[in-house]
Amino acid sequence: MSLAIKDDEVDIVIGALRSDLTIFMNEWRPMFSRFHVIIVKDPDLKEELKIPEGFNLDVYGKPDIDQVVGSSTSILFSGYSCRYFGYLVSRKKYIISVDDDCLPARDPKGFLVDAVAQHISNLTNPATPFFFNTLYDPYAEGADFVRGYPFSLRGGVKCALSCGLWLNLADHDAPTQALKARQRNSRYVDAVMTVPARSLIPISGINIAFEREAVGPALVPALKLAGEGKCRWETMEDIWSGLCVKIVCDHLGLGVKTGLPYIWRTDRGDPIASLKKEWEGVKLMEEVIPFFQSVRLPREATTVEECIIEVANAVKGRLGSMDPVFARAAKAMLDWVKLWQSVGSSSSRSSAV
Amino acid sequence: MATVSPTPLLKDELDIVIPTIRNLDFLEMWRPFFQPYHLIIVQDGDPTKTIKVPEGFDYELYNRNDINRILGPKASCISFKDSACRCFGYMVSKKKYIYTIDDDCFVAKDPSGKDINALEQHIQNLLSPSTPFFFNTLYDPYRSGADFVRGYPFSLREGVPTAVSHGLWLNIPDYDAPTQLVKPLERNTRYVDAIMTIPKGTLFPMCGMNLAFNRELIGPAMYFGLMGDGQPIGRYDDMWAGWCTKVICDHLGWGVKTGLPYIWHSKASNPFVNLKKEYKGIYWQEELIPFFQSVALPKDCTTVQKCYIEISKQVKAKLGKVDDYFNKLADAMVTWIEAWDELNPSGDISAKIPNGASK
Repeated sequence: MSLAIKDDEVDIVIGALRSDLTIFMNEWRPMFSRFHVIIVKDPDLKEELKIPEGFNLDVYGKPDIDQVVGSSTSILFSGYSCRYFGYLVSRKKYIISVDDDCLPARDPKGFLVDAVAQHISNLTNPATPFFFNTLYDPYAEGADFVRGYPFSLRGGVKCALSCGLWLNLADHDAPTQALKARQRNSRYVDAVMTVPARSLIPISGINIAFEREAVGPALVPALKLAGEGKCRWETMEDIWSGLCVKIVCDHLGLGVKTGLPYIWRTDRGDPIASLKKEWEGVKLMEEVIPFFQSVRLPREATTVEECIIEVANAVKGRLGSMDPVFARAAKAMLDWVKLWQSVGSSSSRSSAV
Repeated sequence: MATVSPTPLLKDELDIVIPTIRNLDFLEMWRPFFQPYHLIIVQDGDPTKTIKVPEGFDYELYNRNDINRILGPKASCISFKDSACRCFGYMVSKKKYIYTIDDDCFVAKDPSGKDINALEQHIQNLLSPSTPFFFNTLYDPYRSGADFVRGYPFSLREGVPTAVSHGLWLNIPDYDAPTQLVKPLERNTRYVDAIMTIPKGTLFPMCGMNLAFNRELIGPAMYFGLMGDGQPIGRYDDMWAGWCTKVICDHLGWGVKTGLPYIWHSKASNPFVNLKKEYKGIYWQEELIPFFQSVALPKDCTTVQKCYIEISKQVKAKLGKVDDYFNKLADAMVTWIEAWDELNPSGDISAKIPNGASK
């Protein structure tokens, strides 16, 4: 039922926070080799990147970022946010992004999971945000809509974003992981589902894919914690970005899916050490979530860019005085939209529907 | 959530309600799991027929004559010749929790081959909180091996009481008649190892085949409508109860979970018979869904009964024009609450409307 997509419609965008990508790229080779890959090096990374041969690749580093973006922007493409530069310069329809400490997972039968193919399938099959299907993805093989599901909603809407999951080191926050030091996620939940409209979710950036042409500008590198570090436990940028995307998708009638594919996230870092830094993020969420739950976008906002500008203004107005990190985030969002309009895809995308 | 303590049996706090028209042989397979519990059997159809209950079960059985005797004129709200009559069992139960199951549902096996104790899983679901205000991408955070993900606000991690646990089905999936006709051979073989809270503000199709709920919290909302004999519609009983229940749970701040446990659904009903029953529903649900999505319950509806009566008023006002059936249904909803309160006079459960929390 999915649309057949061409290989040249996909970019794999990797933010390199570590210099030696040999194992990473080799393990992902079966899934990545068909596609064009963009690697963006964290500007703070001093060492040269080590990347194995045999990929259709473009690598961007600090000089490229400085050249394209200039110095007059508040957006910082450092750390995990370096990947957003890849989103900006990509010219493909779909983008798939995984953290550089993640490898392909195996399903319960022992087969390697092709996360790229699953994300593509998620994005090219409709989403169903207006009514919950208790058998999860109705377009999956062997499944369908259940009794009681209104027929008028069975066509679904475009899926703009696919949020995958993680085996081994799940994306818990530092306090949780510190408390459950040995807990690893071994539960493979064989489902993809649409996140219902108006429901918010923490969209982890560790394993995502999206239709750049539909929602590109909504993935904003905006929320930078004062103590942001090089571990996911020390960031909230993706969570913030994901909330923006969800608000925009809900407003424009686009879908967001969660569930498969799984990737295998390798053990890295020390949650107790990260605890000090991430605590800031944990506290901020208490303000962030009620804010996003109450954001209402005006009917006149019909493009992604217009929506993001509205959200940015709301952030500035309602959260700006609470913590300087929000004022900075609002400015970064506005700068991002300007950047997107000048450097990103030349035609601005209107709402789907 | 460090240690996994054994699930309490709750054998004196839970009733199993089973509607039946034929026999209860299926209970033999469930015996290891059901025997400690009290059963309420609601016999539909011909009351002169004797339903044989396997030995060793503690039960009470009600046929149509009993329903008429107990409810008098209010018995008109209980469907005849439809499994919707099961809600009579909810009304006469004196327990805190209800588990209801169809008589063509058997014990399923998990992927490791082990028999699934569906009742135990439902109890776990009901006894652990729900999280309707923010979706946890790792599903049920209270399950062993899982937790809340990064970004999940700590202030929401206590969750809210769980009112409903909606289980699923392997083998014959719960499809509507048109889907059954198109895919007669499709079987659900996908075991999705997850339980999740359905977010606040989201409706879902609630299937009554494998369902448990906290009767003390949400019982009065579990009215399965007017179906079957003399009615223009069938196979929408559980749907109706589910939409009312979800709207009320959202209003009163309680959670509805779906996912595990699975049971094995063995019998595919005749799709042509189903089509005749569902036919009107397929058109009506196009009106019903927007109706339920827009129901606004005023703040002074602080009990389930008050919420339910309010919904019945709105049904009459807004759906009466779709079909006169909805006028009858609205009246029946009121009759149901009156009957419920008569049979359960110990008072209603008030819920403090949660303030602050989201939309």
